[in-house]
Amino acid sequence: METSQIEIQLIAIVTAVACALPGVFLVLRRMTLMSDAISHAILPGIVIAFFLTESLSSPLLILAAAGTGVLTVVFVELLQRTKLVKADAAIGLTFPALFSIGVILISRFAGNVHLDMDAVLLGELAYAPLNKLQAFGYDDLGPVSLYVMGMILVLNLVFILVFYKELKLVTFDASLAAALGFAPTVIHYGLMTLVSVTTVGAFDAVGSILVVALIAGPPVTAYLMTDRLSRMLMLSALIGSVNAVSGYWVAFLFDVSIAGSIATMTLLIFGFVFLVVPNRGLIAIARRHARQKWEFAQTMLVIHLFNHEGLPEAEAESAIDGLHEHLSWDPGFTNQVVRYALNNRCVSRKETQLILTAHGRTIAQKTLVQ
Amino acid sequence: MEDLGIFNHFYTLIIVSAGAALLGTVSGALGSYAVLRRQSLLGDAISHAALPGIAIAFLLTGSKTPLILVLGAAIAGWLGTLLIMSIVRLTRIKYDSVLAIVLSTFFGFGLVLHTLIQRTGNANQAGLDTFLFGQAATMLESDVLTIGILGGIALIVMLIFWKELKLLVFDEGFAASIGFPIRTLDILLTSLLVVAIVLGLQAVGAVLMSAMLVAPAVAARQWTDRLRLMVFLAACFGALAGVSGTIISSTASRIPTGPTIVLCATAVVGFSIVFAPNRGLVWDRIRHQRNRRNLKMETSRN
Repeated sequence: METSQIEIQLIAIVTAVACALPGVFLVLRRMTLMSDAISHAILPGIVIAFFLTESLSSPLLILAAAGTGVLTVVFVELLQRTKLVKADAAIGLTFPALFSIGVILISRFAGNVHLDMDAVLLGELAYAPLNKLQAFGYDDLGPVSLYVMGMILVLNLVFILVFYKELKLVTFDASLAAALGFAPTVIHYGLMTLVSVTTVGAFDAVGSILVVALIAGPPVTAYLMTDRLSRMLMLSALIGSVNAVSGYWVAFLFDVSIAGSIATMTLLIFGFVFLVVPNRGLIAIARRHARQKWEFAQTMLVIHLFNHEGLPEAEAESAIDGLHEHLSWDPGFTNQVVRYALNNRCVSRKETQLILTAHGRTIAQKTLVQ
Repeated sequence: MEDLGIFNHFYTLIIVSAGAALLGTVSGALGSYAVLRRQSLLGDAISHAALPGIAIAFLLTGSKTPLILVLGAAIAGWLGTLLIMSIVRLTRIKYDSVLAIVLSTFFGFGLVLHTLIQRTGNANQAGLDTFLFGQAATMLESDVLTIGILGGIALIVMLIFWKELKLLVFDEGFAASIGFPIRTLDILLTSLLVVAIVLGLQAVGAVLMSAMLVAPAVAARQWTDRLRLMVFLAACFGALAGVSGTIISSTASRIPTGPTIVLCATAVVGFSIVFAPNRGLVWDRIRHQRNRRNLKMETSRN
């Protein structure tokens, strides 16, 4: 591996983890699309700051853009507070309007400055290592974006560690948090500021639309795997890193966009987890449904046998050949259910008849009592 | 020659305004349902999810015929929506998170395909920013005709299923209990949305198309409590935003049409929120003060 390859992967991992951590709280608080709104709405902030500084990596640009992000949150909340607009519509109104202002600014003044629209919206991780940090007389201290994202990651980590208890309470019971005297609004805006700063930092590497994949993807995947907040945070960071590295190698193999591949891997890994995860996965759901079908049929069978047990008509009612008529089932299905019940030792075969075992009788009694 | 230039300019303006007006009508009317169902951002998801469809349609056919690309976009947007619906149904993941993950990853996959196409050296394919921002100014008469016909069909289907869709929007549980096929209706409504969005991609682009669904509907909602009137008003507001945005952007150079249309629609929303009777902010303030005065009069009388 060349140095630049390692550097790109490092940047990708750091960016992915930095995005995934605040993303966990967005996903849990049903505010995931706020990241989409912020990532679009920071465009005018970026454009205006770019006109002033003429550089895409100046700290002022990050501050201005993050400020626009927080402003978006304020606009959305003001709209919601009028009670005339629902939360989703408020988001859907605010960010296209701000984004439009950004686009108009760019096209009005595109001739005067060099601001590549594609670079802002789509990012290009492959070029990130080219921009080296120069300081203290050294001209190569590693890529600038690695430092920027590293600092943002540390900021996110510190915020989450310091305010873990508060974040947890505000996320799961905002009214209790308010009643206990924690300020949900302060925590809320703190989190939103973090999301804005992270989004701005990441747009350089992956562009504004794919930031959403980094913020939403890993936490949503982790949400399928655990019920504990702490575990969800760690899993999200891990999944984010896996998405980033695997995405990089897919992009390398097929010579395609790195950010795009990371997003694609995010979907594939989500799909894989969704398929195989115990309890909540598709396979687990399908198996549970199948098992419930047979369990139910078996219960019907033992209740039927139990009802006629020891009565004169028992012989006719429990004849294996006639069961399907008494239960109004399809003969093939009846055979399968009998085999299932035999396997579970709920019934046993006595010549042409089916009789209950002690276990089967208990099941029937229990079900009928319920 | 001078006169001919002006004539051409005028002709283009009329074509683009007509297209924008039709688009605003269709997306305003259909957007009303999305807004009322609190699915305002579904449009954003569908329009982004359409990108891989466009790329695949191009890779498979090698053609840039708008109709083929539109078909690809529609299929991808539709598949994305079905995926969203089934993830919501089968897991505990919330609707907004599902939208976010489908929108961004589909778009990312589209980006991968796009770089693949670029690498094959087909230089004259349309840039991604066309997909994102649209190019209303390049609209042709045939495009306007396509929007008119397909959008008209979508609106007619909406009118045919008026009663069913109304029930779906306002009381899904009741609709299910009296035997309406909820999931089919849901898919029908979403498919209509997909049609409206795909038609708008060329004109205003993916990012701004979502605003064309939300803004007219939110504005219309402020003026009325009746679905019929709301859909009608939303269609009118959409058309108004389309025409005024086109005209404003034509008055000066280098003002892109799509974003201007969106800002016009946003202005209509702002006006409606402030001035609409009964619900609007001004009205609310007046009522508030009148109540306070009445209360004061009553307390002083006692």
